[in-house]
Amino acid sequence: MSVKGRIVRIAGPLVVAEGMSGAQMYEMVRVGEDKLIGEITRIVGDRAFIQVYESTTGLRPGEIVEGTGAPLSVELGPGIIGNIYDGVQRPLPVIADVIARENPNRKIFIERGVSVPPIPLDKKWHFQPGYNGAQVKVGDKVETGDVLGTVEETSLITHKIMVPPGVKGTLKWLAPEGDYTVTEIIAEVETPEGKKVELSMRQRWPVRVPRPSKLKLEPNTPLITGTRIIDTLFPMAKGGTGAIPGGFGTGKTVTLHSLAQWSDAKVVVYIGCGERGNEMTEVLERFPKYKDPWTGKPLMERTILIANTSNMPVAAREASIYVGITLAEYYRDMGYDVLLVADSTSRWAEALREIAGRLEEMPAEEGYPSYLASRLAEFYERAGRVVTLGSPERIGSVTVVGAVSPPGGDFTEPVTSHTKRFIRVFWALDTKLAYSRHYPAINWLMSYSAYAETVAEWWHKNVDSRWKEYRDQAMEILLREEELQDIVRLVGTESLDEKDKLVLEAARMIKDGFLKQNAFDPIDAFSTPEKQFKLLKMFIDFYHKASELVSHGITVAQIREALGRLYVEMIKAKFNIPNDQLEKIEELRQQALKTLEALEARSG
Amino acid sequence: MSVYGVREYSKIREIKGPLLIVEGVSNVAYDEIVEVELPSGEKRRGRVLDVSRGVAVVQVFEGTTGITTTGTTVKFLGKPLEIPVSEDMLGRIFNGLGEPIDGGPPIIAEEERDVNGAPLNPAEREYPEDFIQTGVSAIDGMNTLVRGQKLPIFSGSGLPHNILAAQIARQATVRGEGEEFAVVFAAIGIKYDDFLFFKKFFEETGALNRVAMFVNLADEPAMIRLVTPRAALTLAEYLAFERDMHVLVILTDMTNYAEALREISAAREEVPGRQGYPGYLYSDLASIYERAGRVKGKKGSITQMPILTMPNDDITHPIPDLTGYITEGQIVLSRELYNRGIYPPINVLMSLSRLMKEGIGPGKTREDHAGVSNQLYSAYSRGVELRSLAAVVGEESLSPVDRKYLEFADAFEKRFLKQGERENRTIEQTLDLAWEILSILPEEELTNIKEEHIRKYHPKYKTA
Repeated sequence: MSVKGRIVRIAGPLVVAEGMSGAQMYEMVRVGEDKLIGEITRIVGDRAFIQVYESTTGLRPGEIVEGTGAPLSVELGPGIIGNIYDGVQRPLPVIADVIARENPNRKIFIERGVSVPPIPLDKKWHFQPGYNGAQVKVGDKVETGDVLGTVEETSLITHKIMVPPGVKGTLKWLAPEGDYTVTEIIAEVETPEGKKVELSMRQRWPVRVPRPSKLKLEPNTPLITGTRIIDTLFPMAKGGTGAIPGGFGTGKTVTLHSLAQWSDAKVVVYIGCGERGNEMTEVLERFPKYKDPWTGKPLMERTILIANTSNMPVAAREASIYVGITLAEYYRDMGYDVLLVADSTSRWAEALREIAGRLEEMPAEEGYPSYLASRLAEFYERAGRVVTLGSPERIGSVTVVGAVSPPGGDFTEPVTSHTKRFIRVFWALDTKLAYSRHYPAINWLMSYSAYAETVAEWWHKNVDSRWKEYRDQAMEILLREEELQDIVRLVGTESLDEKDKLVLEAARMIKDGFLKQNAFDPIDAFSTPEKQFKLLKMFIDFYHKASELVSHGITVAQIREALGRLYVEMIKAKFNIPNDQLEKIEELRQQALKTLEALEARSG
Repeated sequence: MSVYGVREYSKIREIKGPLLIVEGVSNVAYDEIVEVELPSGEKRRGRVLDVSRGVAVVQVFEGTTGITTTGTTVKFLGKPLEIPVSEDMLGRIFNGLGEPIDGGPPIIAEEERDVNGAPLNPAEREYPEDFIQTGVSAIDGMNTLVRGQKLPIFSGSGLPHNILAAQIARQATVRGEGEEFAVVFAAIGIKYDDFLFFKKFFEETGALNRVAMFVNLADEPAMIRLVTPRAALTLAEYLAFERDMHVLVILTDMTNYAEALREISAAREEVPGRQGYPGYLYSDLASIYERAGRVKGKKGSITQMPILTMPNDDITHPIPDLTGYITEGQIVLSRELYNRGIYPPINVLMSLSRLMKEGIGPGKTREDHAGVSNQLYSAYSRGVELRSLAAVVGEESLSPVDRKYLEFADAFEKRFLKQGERENRTIEQTLDLAWEILSILPEEELTNIKEEHIRKYHPKYKTA
């Protein structure tokens, strides 16, 4: 009983159709002869306002609009990992193949109206009933989230075939071990009402509705990213939310790529939302070659890419965020820790603004619609660490990190300021640091993490019981340096007393030798938690010993001279000493302390 | 698009700025091209911006001056704006809509193409990584350009961006390949003398036969500016992806483009974003800038170098700001350096090439390139910072090491940055020069460079 209407108006990505009575809000529709994908965003009488996810060039009033009877949904099942999708879950390589069949020369472009299945329909997957030795038997009561069996989706991901939300009853039949496509029936459930439900390995879920879970937990395990300033100073927790705002050239994308590459999440969903085409290509080319530092397997085997680049239709940009988070929730429900990276949420907000403008809605700040804040809140609220529905009991998480691209680098603009209300980790990128090529250009004075306390326990248990103490001391030195810089700007460095000069020196060592990190250097790019702590300990212990010397009348210049080349070696330890030779950092630390002791002895 | 053939209407309800509102139409397609015939017989072209049943909003490229509500006919041509493309277009000059204006023969089209193009499929792209040597130290050494990159020049009025763009167009080569770039040049609302500068330059260098120019001058209709860069890129895509050429596209001046876009948006009474520019300025600019790159299975490439003048030299103005978010870096020119007689006046600290990391290193440039570049950045930024500090507290309040940084910053500007308009430095010359000025600093300060590279390239060890 799908509705059928006719186009009466076309203005950019907005199409108005009449004769649409019976259509649902957010229903997915097919627009025009080319059957372009669209979604209903407003209904007035029998008129539906439709945002179209493909270019509307050439559409004419009078063409037909057909409802599909369902909201915009994603298809879930094996075959998602390793794929690259557009904003409405169409696999881009398949689009290219389809176009190539008609015209090989146009293969490199995305044409309109290409209809392709999100997950491969003909591929056979090896289905293994049961999970972890626990066998589900015919006659068992099953409900939402129960694991019926598994499929090895990639060498890293065991895809759990779960009873879809809303289904409950008695298992009447379960397919034996064997190879099945996602469309073949693998189980039959009889509901308490006596209705038979056939289940395949594929399920659908509307993107704008969060998938249900049993219970939300506090995020208390750090998401280890290998980026020192993040893990040590402003840690992220699994299931947490963070934003990374910065003007252009401050390194948002490089930082997000590092997160996607190195973090210890099990599944990574990377959404390129209104950003550069080449950045997606970079991930596509590199990730299959790069190894996951935690397992040694190709990174692509845990990565899902969603690419709606800046030149692709703007309405699909709005959808891409929801498509991404729904896929993330699906893998969370299997019990995985999922990291979702959205680059950039500002482009998503601009898409909202553009559609709102075409709908002639009343604008709020800077032309953004008044519901910008509530949409942002809804999105970030879908993050979290949860106990999933169904048995066996599983804990999974979705960590959300969104880039924000404030116009002119101004953090008071609406998207940045609203985002700040809904996230708990704020990595503020600083244009000034970026200009001097201090990367990652995360400003340590403006950034914060609400998880610094909650993850301390993990560090104390797994790395060193004095982690928090050292971290706080590093922060203290950096803050003190900033105060001193105000004085230096007035009187210069030479007139500071020796104690303060030492603070400047220590801060410089922490900045150059610890915070600055080269994302492209094979050794420096990823620091294990142990390496991070050892480096930090070296600098902080050095500072304390040097403070003692200074209070005995030894000057900073004398200390620098005594250190000689050792100073350079300490700074360069981050890219000279790999993660598996950490004893060398310890040696350096002891050498530095010994040098200071010797100097102390000489000066009596 | 299905072709409905030509339809003609003459009921014009309203004329407003560059817009015509035509009534009684049927079967009009969104983005369709129209031909407007005035009572005098003059013909103009336009495009459908909005269509409801029976009513079409048409934007007239040449403006609405002289159009009357009676006696004017509007022909809907049943297709989007297309231009003929052909290899023979190299060596020719066209107007902003792609029609020849050099008195030469008409173009025999190998193909007609929609000027709007279609988005490149990210899964079909290939990551750009071939180093282009421009012979300009500040670019090659610190903001390396690679083939398939889009790297704009952010300039100010009166700064020598044209000279720099011309120098790059003349000197750009990919090492190990003798092949020269084909150049597609789009003049978007620029002054006649700026156009003349480029024309003369291409003539003098004998490059004219590998250059196609699309020209919309400052005194020509502003609405055409919305088409000019797209027409140019349509040809570039054809040359790169059908004819295997490496194409360098110069678009100047994108500020004029954005202003034309604001004008049409205001005429349509759209809700404005920042500074009156439409909320979709970002997406619109992206639909131009993203038409660059390399793709799988094709030999050719499009390297884009848009030029824009920042209003009041303000890099946070929406035009440079949104451009910077789309392009793969930016070359920023500085009025202060220019006033001090330094050419090219590139503010390296504000400049950036995002694709540099893939284009440099052993086998491409030299193994020490990345480290040297990082060191130059960090040392020069420290030098500049100390320079402003020294202006307040006096040089004598600085430590001896800090004074070395001041010396370094001066040498950097006068020896490394500064070069002749025709001086073409190889990458080795650029890097060796960098080592010379870095050796002003004490060796312990070179914390960004690997030890083995210091041993190999530092003048101290080289001569010893």
